[in-house]
Parts: sequence; structure tokens; C-alpha cells
Amino acid sequence: MREKNVKIVNKLGLHARPASLIVQTAMAFSSNIYIIKDEAKVDAKSIMGILMLAAACGTEIKLQTEGPDEEQALEKMLEIFNNGFGEEI
Amino acid sequence: MKQNNIILNGIAASSGVAIGKVFVLEEDDFLVIKKEISGSHIKQELARLKDAIEKTKVELEEDQKELNKVLGENYAKIADAHLLILNDPMIKNEIEKMINKGTNAEYAVHKVVENFSKTFDLIDNEYFRERKHDLLDVAKKIMRNLLGKTKKSLADLDEDSIIVAKNLTPADTVNMKEVMVKGFVTEIGGKTSHTALVAQSLEIPAVVGLKDITYKVKQEMPIIVDGNLGLVILDPSKETIENYKREYEIQISNKKELEKFKDLPAVTTDGREVILGANIENPEEVRAALRHGANAIGLYRSEFMYMSKKTMPTEEEHYQNYSKVAKMMMPYEVIIRTMDLGGDKISRLGLMNIGREANPFMGLRAIRFCLKYPDIFKAQLKGILRASVHGNIKIMYPMISRISEIKEANKILEQAKEELKKEGKKFRDDIEVGVMIEVPSAAVISDIIAKEVDFLSIGTNDLIQYTMAVDRVNADVAHLYTPMHPAILRLLKNIIDSAHAAGKNVGMCGEMAGDPLYTAILLGLGLDEFSMSAGQIPKVKKIIRSISKAESKKLVEQLFKCTNMQEINITMKKFKYR
Repeated sequence: MREKNVKIVNKLGLHARPASLIVQTAMAFSSNIYIIKDEAKVDAKSIMGILMLAAACGTEIKLQTEGPDEEQALEKMLEIFNNGFGEEI
Repeated sequence: MKQNNIILNGIAASSGVAIGKVFVLEEDDFLVIKKEISGSHIKQELARLKDAIEKTKVELEEDQKELNKVLGENYAKIADAHLLILNDPMIKNEIEKMINKGTNAEYAVHKVVENFSKTFDLIDNEYFRERKHDLLDVAKKIMRNLLGKTKKSLADLDEDSIIVAKNLTPADTVNMKEVMVKGFVTEIGGKTSHTALVAQSLEIPAVVGLKDITYKVKQEMPIIVDGNLGLVILDPSKETIENYKREYEIQISNKKELEKFKDLPAVTTDGREVILGANIENPEEVRAALRHGANAIGLYRSEFMYMSKKTMPTEEEHYQNYSKVAKMMMPYEVIIRTMDLGGDKISRLGLMNIGREANPFMGLRAIRFCLKYPDIFKAQLKGILRASVHGNIKIMYPMISRISEIKEANKILEQAKEELKKEGKKFRDDIEVGVMIEVPSAAVISDIIAKEVDFLSIGTNDLIQYTMAVDRVNADVAHLYTPMHPAILRLLKNIIDSAHAAGKNVGMCGEMAGDPLYTAILLGLGLDEFSMSAGQIPKVKKIIRSISKAESKKLVEQLFKCTNMQEINITMKKFKYR
């Protein structure tokens, strides 16, 4: 298992479009991928789970990956988080 | 193919017959029933779920393509999100878990989605909170596929359509007024429910109180609605269709005959003339009222002003609306009933802290609500006052149950007049003010009330339901709603006699006034004005013109000797075939 903290940098936070992008990205990996905010831990392959976090810009979350391709999964996830999902930062 | 000719009994809500095709009006909410399942059925349910999800996926992909084509890639992302919701592992797992525990797929979908939307309701941020609607949209699609229903919208209606629905709301029927439909069939409702009122004003047959009818029909299925007998026939046989075609032709020729009465006065054979008015709920209905020969608007239900929009109507909107009706009806009177809604209906207009009531019919509604929120009331009164210079407008307070309410309402009316004077706006200072008599307490003290007001109008729908303790919309007890009950006849006599003793006119704007069955009784009791849905006016007029005041008085005397419904019904039959 691997994990890393990351800040949400895009202006609108984890709204529907970034959430969709996260799910689509996560689906490409066979590992379990989780997003952890405070007490809540959700499946990064579940769009409703991500939306339920209601994570706004500036929120710090923890990414956790677990499985055969956990290394690459974490790296790819960090990448889309860090560039603000291609949205306005 | 052999026809099944399935005959179903309901409640006749609007007269006439119609032959057409079923149009099931979809509801937003599906009635979901929990079923316990076990063993091999669990597998079946899981397969049904999978199948419904697969079908929904195809639909969503089509939506996506369509959106892409019409609105461009950015909008297609909405459908994108919907597809992801459909495949959401968290939701799917929860639903499958519930099915595995032994519940049917419909209930599992319903329950899981409900739980998720509750969680979303707790989110502070509005944007994220609102995402639950995306989930609900997708769930609705899955549910529709589970139930095997195809989606239909009002745009698909044609002139052969007979609408079959659980219930018709004012919002549904507003849209329907634009399109011609042949008839209504609903699960919920009684003789005086909203569906019945609308059907009567549109002059199309309706049968209500048919439990589970939406589950028994299929779209486009041949159907006959018999609003005279309260029957619905599904998949009728050739003979049945022929019979009903004949009845339909008779109906058309009767209608033509009634039209001849339009310009004749409503006067008995011995010279007693009464006013026949129409009940309306928006200015568009005035034309139909006049076409049927209405000589008054005996009840303008102003609630439409509050229900058709998302914001509270302003004084100016009230003024515009009522002026329009007053001008069209000149020189005839227009009685505007002040707002008759409960807090539950008003809260969406931005009034906070109004709680849900356990028993809204006996709760904070109509005049009670207006006296608690005088500013809302005053805006309407000012609008009515200003409109009064354009015609013959009268004000009527609903749901009065004691004298103090009339005095308080009049005090606010005086304030409204003062304000208009200060603002330099014109109004008629001598506008007549009357009250609805629809609460039994008011009916009993109508002698006291009659001295305080310019006129009385009997709202029989509520008066009967409050007096008999019968919810007229509840199919199980609707048969106990009996306008000719000795108690009701005595109340009516007391109201009419009291009004006349004080030298005031008394009208009636409930269903009873428009039902030809009761015309002779009301004439005999001395009623001055009958107000009804426009389509009933010629029928009632025909009866008035065929009898004398003297014989109707005699009928009432006989009815007052009756001690039960059976005797009353026999007396009425004898009168009919006299």
C-alpha cells in the first residue's frame, strides 16, 4: 500500500467534471484507489463517493493505492490532482 | 385477437363518455413496494437489475450522442457523469447487497438511492448538495427500465388520448389545457377532487378512485371512459364499442340542445329568476364562462396566482389579473375569494418557519393564514381594491369560523384602503365584502354573520366534508359524502334563511350548485345565486326553466320530513318522475 497527501488546487474543487476525470483515470488501474478526507474514505472509482466529499479548493486529502499497479496508480492520480484537472487554478 | 373487455368500477367525476387510447402519465415518484424474496428469486432479481442497468446505459449513451451533436462536447459531459453514476461501484454494491439479503430490485434501488440522497442533504455546500439530483435522475431511469415502462411526455398526446394517472396535480392540468384530451382516469380522487373539477370545466368525462389502474393498463391500449356510470372498460369488445359510439352521438346532440339555453334567463315557470355564475381559477376561463351563459363569476379561486409561480404575487400582479377578469365580465359581478391555501403550499414561496401540519385541512390555511401574515393578505386586498374600478368586483373571505375573523380581516382591508389613499391610487370605497360559509360553526351562526357582511356564499365541498367528517378524496369513505343528508339540508336552510332575514343575498359556489340533481332543492330553499363550472350552467338552467318555485318549495318541505337517506332518495325519485 502506498499513500500521499495532496492539496486540491483547482478553483471549483472536486465538482462533477474533476470527479468524472478521477473515476475515469482510476478505472484504468486494477489497484484499489481511495481518497481520504478527514474521517471519510471513499473509492476513487465511485463518482458519488467523490462528490460526497464536497472537497473545495485548498482542501488537503490523502490518496491511497493498494494492488499490483499501486505505484503507477498513485503517480498518475497525483499528476491529475496537481495540475488541477486541467481546470482554472 | 380476442378482446378482454375488462370493466372496472370507479367514481364518476365528470359526465360523458369517451372512446380512445390509454395515455399513462408518468409520475416523478414511483410507488415502490417492498417484497421479500428468497432462493432462486434472488438470482432473478440480480439479473433484472443488470438488465435494467444495461438498458439505461444504452439510453444514456444515446443521450450523450444527442447532446454532443446538439449542444457540443461540454454539455455531453453531463451525460458522461450520468454514465459514471450508473456504473458507480459503491452504489451498485449497496443495491446488490440489499437484493442478496432478500428484497426485490425496485425496493433495493429505491432504498439505496434514498440513503445516498439523505447523505447529500447534509452537505453544507449547495453545489455538492444538489448533485443528488443527478443520482435521482439516473435512478429514475433504472427504475423505469425495471418496471418496463416506456417514457411518454405530454407532447405525445393526441386527440384520441385518455389520460391515465395516479393523480393529476394543478401543474399537470395547466399544461393539459393546451392539448385536447378525451378523458381522465385517476387512482386518487373523489367527485370533487382537483381532477374532477378540471374535467368538468373542460367538459370531458372522468372516472376517479380506480385503485392501481396505472398498473392495469398499457400505453396505447384501447379504453372507454364512462363518466356517467363511473366505469372504465379496458380493451373493449366490438359490441361494447358500438354501444358507446351510440351513446357518444346522443351526448353530442344533447350538448347542442343545451346550447340553445345559453341566452335565455334562468327563470322558473312561475317567474323566480336566479343568477347562474361560473367558478374560475384564471382569466383564461372567462371566455368559456361567457360562452356557456354565465351571468357572474361566483367564485374566482385566486390560489392560481400563488401556485403558478415560484415567487409571492405582488400587488401589481394581483391588480393586473383581477382587472382583466373584471373588464371581461362587465357589467356582471366577479367575486374574488381571497387566498385559500395552507402553509404547506405557501412555504415554497419563501416563507420560512412554516412547519408541516399533521392535518392541513384543519390547520393554518385561508383566512387564518392571511391574518397571521397580514402583509401577504394586504398585497392581495390592495390589488383587488385597485381592480374594483374596472368592473363589478366583490371580495370574499374563505374559511371564516367566527365573527372576530371577519372584523380582523376588515381592519386589514381598511388599512389597505388607507394606504391606497396615501399612494393616490383609485379604488371603490363601497366594494362589497362577503364570506364563504364552509365551516360548520359559521353555518350555525350565519344569522350573526349575515349582519356583518354584504353577502354569503356557501362552499358546500368543505361544508359537507367538515360536517360529515369525510375526506372526499379518500375512495374508501367518499360514499359517505352525501349532500342530501338531513344535517346538510338543515344547515343550508339555516344559512339561506338567516341571510334573507338580514336582507342579504346568498349564493353557493360548491359542487352542489352545479349538480342538476340538487337544483330543485336549492331553488326550493331560496338560493339566490348558483355558481359552478361553466359546462354545468346550461344543464342547471334547463332544470330551472322547467320547474316552478312553488313545486320546488313543496319538495323541500317533503325532504324535511325525511329521517334518513333512503326516504330522501325515494322522495327525490318521486319528484323526478312526477
